[in-house]
Amino acid sequence: MLRTIVTILWKDLRIELRTRDALSASFVFCVLVLVIFNFTLDLNAEEARRLGGGFLWVSFAFGGILSLNRSFALEKADGCSKSLMLAPADRGAIYLGKFLANVIFMLVTQVLILPLFAIFFNVPILPAIPLLVLIFLLGSIGFSSVGTLFSAMAANTRMRELLLPLLLLPVSIPVLLAAVKTTQYALGVNEDASDWFKLLIVYDVVFVTASYLGFEYAMEE
Amino acid sequence: MKSRDYILPALVFVGMLVALYMIGFYAPVEREQGIVQKIFYFHVPCAWVSFMAFLVVFVFSIRYLISRDKRWDNRAAAAAEVGVLFCTLVLITGPIWAKPVWGIWWTWDARLTLTLVLWLIYVAYLLLRHYVTGDEKRATLSAILGIVGFIDVPLVYFAIRWWRTQHPQPVFGGGAGSGMDPRMAATLWVSLAAFTLMFAYFVRVRSRQLALEDEIEQAHQLADEASVSMRGDLR
Repeated sequence: MLRTIVTILWKDLRIELRTRDALSASFVFCVLVLVIFNFTLDLNAEEARRLGGGFLWVSFAFGGILSLNRSFALEKADGCSKSLMLAPADRGAIYLGKFLANVIFMLVTQVLILPLFAIFFNVPILPAIPLLVLIFLLGSIGFSSVGTLFSAMAANTRMRELLLPLLLLPVSIPVLLAAVKTTQYALGVNEDASDWFKLLIVYDVVFVTASYLGFEYAMEE
Repeated sequence: MKSRDYILPALVFVGMLVALYMIGFYAPVEREQGIVQKIFYFHVPCAWVSFMAFLVVFVFSIRYLISRDKRWDNRAAAAAEVGVLFCTLVLITGPIWAKPVWGIWWTWDARLTLTLVLWLIYVAYLLLRHYVTGDEKRATLSAILGIVGFIDVPLVYFAIRWWRTQHPQPVFGGGAGSGMDPRMAATLWVSLAAFTLMFAYFVRVRSRQLALEDEIEQAHQLADEASVSMRGDLR
């Protein structure tokens, strides 16, 4: 089980290290979203600090969808997903491997975006970095858990890439809301965010479990 | 149709007539809101039916994944369609009431937002059904979404409730400030019952229709196979 997870994870990481497709696409897309927010809203430093959590997570969600879509589009090419299903491996382990790869891609993008956000919007982030990275990790786990499952499902439809955001965004509303509120707390906007931290963790636990169980059915041919 | 198949539509017809009579003539006009409050007897049952429909989608989706019986998929699909229909009606009747009473069409209050998010999730469910080719694959993938989407509902509810709330608290059901006229309460219960029967009837008709589509599809396939083998015989 553990070996399968590591094999799948390492396969996806190695593809990414050689092509850098998912990371470069989602990174550039996140930068674009932040730049467009800056142009369309024209904020001062105080407004940017207050609204920054929202900007960050809108860009992370959109960038995340790009790399999630790639996750299973990659397997559809050359019939890789058929071979994966024929492999004498636990489907749940395949899910966990793909899921961990997606969490890592999302987290790397977020860590790269954070300094740019601080510079673009003049928001001081240095004291909050450890907490922000924890929030990014929890948020990415929640978003990628259902995201990996839905990416596998969307790859099985006529619409492929177009369907994933339609499926994923409504279901992700609780995790995005909790991530925004906790990020705002880390940036010193809200007083108390303990309920939101709990919601983040509950969402992660519930949807990693549900997606792990659901994945077995999603990959049937 | 067998004669007992007429029982449910007959009940729906009578129930809706009684409910309409009670809404129009029996329930008193609310003192402050006036006649516009009557939309409440449609709005609340629509909300109830749509929430129940999404629960039914959840249950039927699980039953499909266990039994792999296409009939459960047809029923889940029918319940989702009816649920989205009634959810749309909630989102239309709500603002019609809110404009004269609150002075605004829409507010990002907890229950309104929850209803809108539910609508988005189940519209995505219908889109997914539309975009999958192959009966078995469609049934399996939409069952997964029917389950995951419903598990999400309590989390959405808490997220939005902490985010904000300003909906009028329920005035019936015995809590503090539970001051509904008994005639109003009776009207609401009759209306709820009539809408529930209507929901059951719609789901039954629609899932039968889907089952008939499956049968026609199978008949076409059989006919194709038969014609191919006949051509083989002639040669």
